Amino acid sequence: MTRRRTHLERLEAESIHIMREVMAEAENPVMLYSIGKDSSVMLHLAMKAFYPSRPPFPLLHVDTTWKFREMIEFRDRRAAELGLDLIVHINEEGVAQGIGPITHGSTVHTDVMKTQALKQALDRYGFDAAFGGARRDEEKSRAKERVFSFRSAQHRWDPKNQRPELWQLYNGRVRKGESMRVFPLSNWTELDIWQYIHQESIPIVPLYFAKQRPVVKRNGMLIMVDDDRLELEEGEVVEQRMVRFRTLGCYPLTGAIESTATDLPGIIEEMLITRVSERQGRAIDFDTSASMEKKKQEGYF
Amino acid sequence: MSDQAPATHVAIEAYLAEQAEQTELRFLTCGSVDDGKSTLIGRLLYDSKLIFEDQLAALEADSRRQGTQGEDIDLALLVDGLAAEREQGITIDVAYRFFATDKRRFVVADTPGHEQYTRNMATGASNAELAVILVDARKGVLTQTKRHSYIVSLFGISEVVLAVNKMDLVDFDQSVFDDIVAEYRAFAGNLGAGLNITAIPVSALKGDNVTKASNVMPWYSGPTLLGYLESVQVGALEDAHPFRMPVQWVNRPNLDFRGFSGTIAAGAVRPGDAVRVLPSGKTSRVNRLVTYDGDLDEAGPGEAVTLVLEDEIDISRGDVVTAAQAPCQVSDQFAVHLLWMHDAPLYPGRQYYLKTGARTVPCVVTELKHKINVNTLEQLPARSLELNELGVGNISLSHRIAFEPYTDNHVLGSFILIDRQSLETVGVGLIDFSLRRADNVHWQALSVNKTRRSALKHQKPCVIWFTGLSGSGKSTIANLLESRLHDEHRHTYVLDGDNVRHGLNRDIGFTEADRVENIRRVGEVAKLMVDAGLITIASFISPFASERRMVRDLLEPGEFIEVFVDTPLDVCEARDPKGLYRKARAGEIANFTGVEQDYEAPEHAEVTLHTVNCTPEEAAESLLDYLRERGFLDSAVS
Repeated sequence: MTRRRTHLERLEAESIHIMREVMAEAENPVMLYSIGKDSSVMLHLAMKAFYPSRPPFPLLHVDTTWKFREMIEFRDRRAAELGLDLIVHINEEGVAQGIGPITHGSTVHTDVMKTQALKQALDRYGFDAAFGGARRDEEKSRAKERVFSFRSAQHRWDPKNQRPELWQLYNGRVRKGESMRVFPLSNWTELDIWQYIHQESIPIVPLYFAKQRPVVKRNGMLIMVDDDRLELEEGEVVEQRMVRFRTLGCYPLTGAIESTATDLPGIIEEMLITRVSERQGRAIDFDTSASMEKKKQEGYF
Repeated sequence: MSDQAPATHVAIEAYLAEQAEQTELRFLTCGSVDDGKSTLIGRLLYDSKLIFEDQLAALEADSRRQGTQGEDIDLALLVDGLAAEREQGITIDVAYRFFATDKRRFVVADTPGHEQYTRNMATGASNAELAVILVDARKGVLTQTKRHSYIVSLFGISEVVLAVNKMDLVDFDQSVFDDIVAEYRAFAGNLGAGLNITAIPVSALKGDNVTKASNVMPWYSGPTLLGYLESVQVGALEDAHPFRMPVQWVNRPNLDFRGFSGTIAAGAVRPGDAVRVLPSGKTSRVNRLVTYDGDLDEAGPGEAVTLVLEDEIDISRGDVVTAAQAPCQVSDQFAVHLLWMHDAPLYPGRQYYLKTGARTVPCVVTELKHKINVNTLEQLPARSLELNELGVGNISLSHRIAFEPYTDNHVLGSFILIDRQSLETVGVGLIDFSLRRADNVHWQALSVNKTRRSALKHQKPCVIWFTGLSGSGKSTIANLLESRLHDEHRHTYVLDGDNVRHGLNRDIGFTEADRVENIRRVGEVAKLMVDAGLITIASFISPFASERRMVRDLLEPGEFIEVFVDTPLDVCEARDPKGLYRKARAGEIANFTGVEQDYEAPEHAEVTLHTVNCTPEEAAESLLDYLRERGFLDSAVS
């Protein structure tokens, strides 16, 4: 009898199985690479899934132009190190209209620069399958999404009409114009992700580790002053604080947490005692309790 | 999860090392909302401290707005995710929940209990190793308890926890619990596959025997629900089995490396092991077990690996690599259980794609023996399967595949059915056994074959399939075409929709299921006529694209010529040569195509005839030209 597999081995094998299935069934797949820790894990799994071949698809980063500078540096370095094709897509119409999180708020900015931009990129390159790093433990509507999640030709998700998904038999078939979003990390939890990063020594953006950083307090969140586009409002002062990020997005929308965790064990230690869930650092979820479900129906990852 | 944060990094490293050795249990909860299923899961999450402060704050707010527990927080709201569910207060889809203790990680598939969601429950059951079946202590074993248990046993889950909930509402009375357990065991004994049942009295609302032993039920000395879930052993089935791995992907980075990537379905494999590849039957030995982290000495069930073999043999996606001394069976006809998952019903005779392991092949359900009333387990006669209905039947594949009965191996014994037009998943099935016809009923090899028969006739046989609305002109053109061919001394036969209904298909009507069967029979007859070397002309409304495709697939490539007689409905209705539209409009004919039933126009017909712009003679002539140009008519005769 063989050794019982640990839960991380089981999750890893499951993700690899999913990725290979996409490769075999899709004509033109792409991996959505958001530069965050989940994307780092997903990329690492892709390196494993196809070894000794290289992952046979490009990475796509939808750049809202408001990402942390360290994220962009990390992105370009990783793609070069691994020898992967990287497609960076920016919604130029949004740029021309001057859309940004500070001037237009998180809802408009996210819709134009992220959701619409993603649709533009998928349409432009004709991708029929796109890997995403979403996990079912992140949010309630994600808990019900399939691993192979069907999107209409208009990129819409219909939560009430999802394809049944049994065993490990995924139906990745689509007609022209339709596509699949595929979530190989569906069954991972945040702790699994950190544990795996630790176990496999997976590189992640340094913003996850605590460091003295210039921050300003705004709407109850600590916002990092990453460049001079963040104009100070009346009464706001830039302070150097020891902070890190639990989740990464557009810097004016991403709250830092005060922390002393400068390495992985430190992060995991904080995670184990923290009583606030990960998505709280993101401004877009606050609107209504079903807001993520609505966004997803409209095409948000 | 640990309640106390380890104080130092050393402690964290030790904690991680310990966590790294943890196993995982995937289980299913079934029972209706009224049984307190969502509350039970909420309780597990809550008591294992997996609810964060912000979620708790949102929960308290939601409880005040939508909750059913008065001042107390409503744990069920943690679990019911979709907006529609929160509004209706029911669970309509499968939701996956994650929690962990110091001993194990858990993935919970939370599935709805109502009968109309049987498919969702089956979805949850397909990946579960254990099922928690909830019973309301006040109500005992209900019809739905039996339904859940049947599906659980059908989908091969052998470990069942019978959680008798709401013990607080029956004064924690032992006799109530004992009666329910006795009744359940008696019922479960009839289910066939042996269920290993563990019964636990709980109160999800109060927490008794969920994570902490109850102090008000001293008569119960067994484990708590969580304690049992932490310690139960599962998964022996795959370990003890001979090696099987469906090939997902041929890994070929360069000319020097050729590997076969896949997830091991059962058994173990080591370098040097002799393997047999199915369905081809070719043999070789394993040379290497390649992974990114280095070659392995051994790999077991569930591991995703890449095999390199010693010999260059032809292997492609969907083939199954098996232990050479204990290969699995190969067949193309099976007795199966089917669970239908789509609004459009299953009709025997209609074609679907079947996906099993990494292989997708066209298939047809040849016979539906009966459907099963999931509440009473009664067998009922069936001509179709509707959404959420479960049935037993036979299925026939266009190619032979390697398989195992589902009870032996879930990976090689399970399949999904995919609609050929919409590409949606419409049903799922479990292989019971091979019908063995594939091995025993050989096509009688005759010394005079199709080629010799056609050569004698100086023609290439084919089926010219006219499709179109009633009154579109199919029969008129078909008749003219046959006359023209006959004048040229060609050997022909016309199968006409009305004519076959006087004999061959006298016993069937005009419902959707009947129309499928009508076309299936005609398709088989047309195939025999092609084998006889005839130019076969078929004239049928044949409204469904899937049936026309079925006939196409019965024939060799190039033998099926689909002719779409494209006449607009208003023109057909104005012509009304047989007075049928008038009767249909008057309600005297049911299911009349164009009036009550849709006509699915062909998208890729070989020939499309627009009868508004040409005479039937011109149409027949253009078809004759088509046959000449494509070499169906040998110029030696005429």
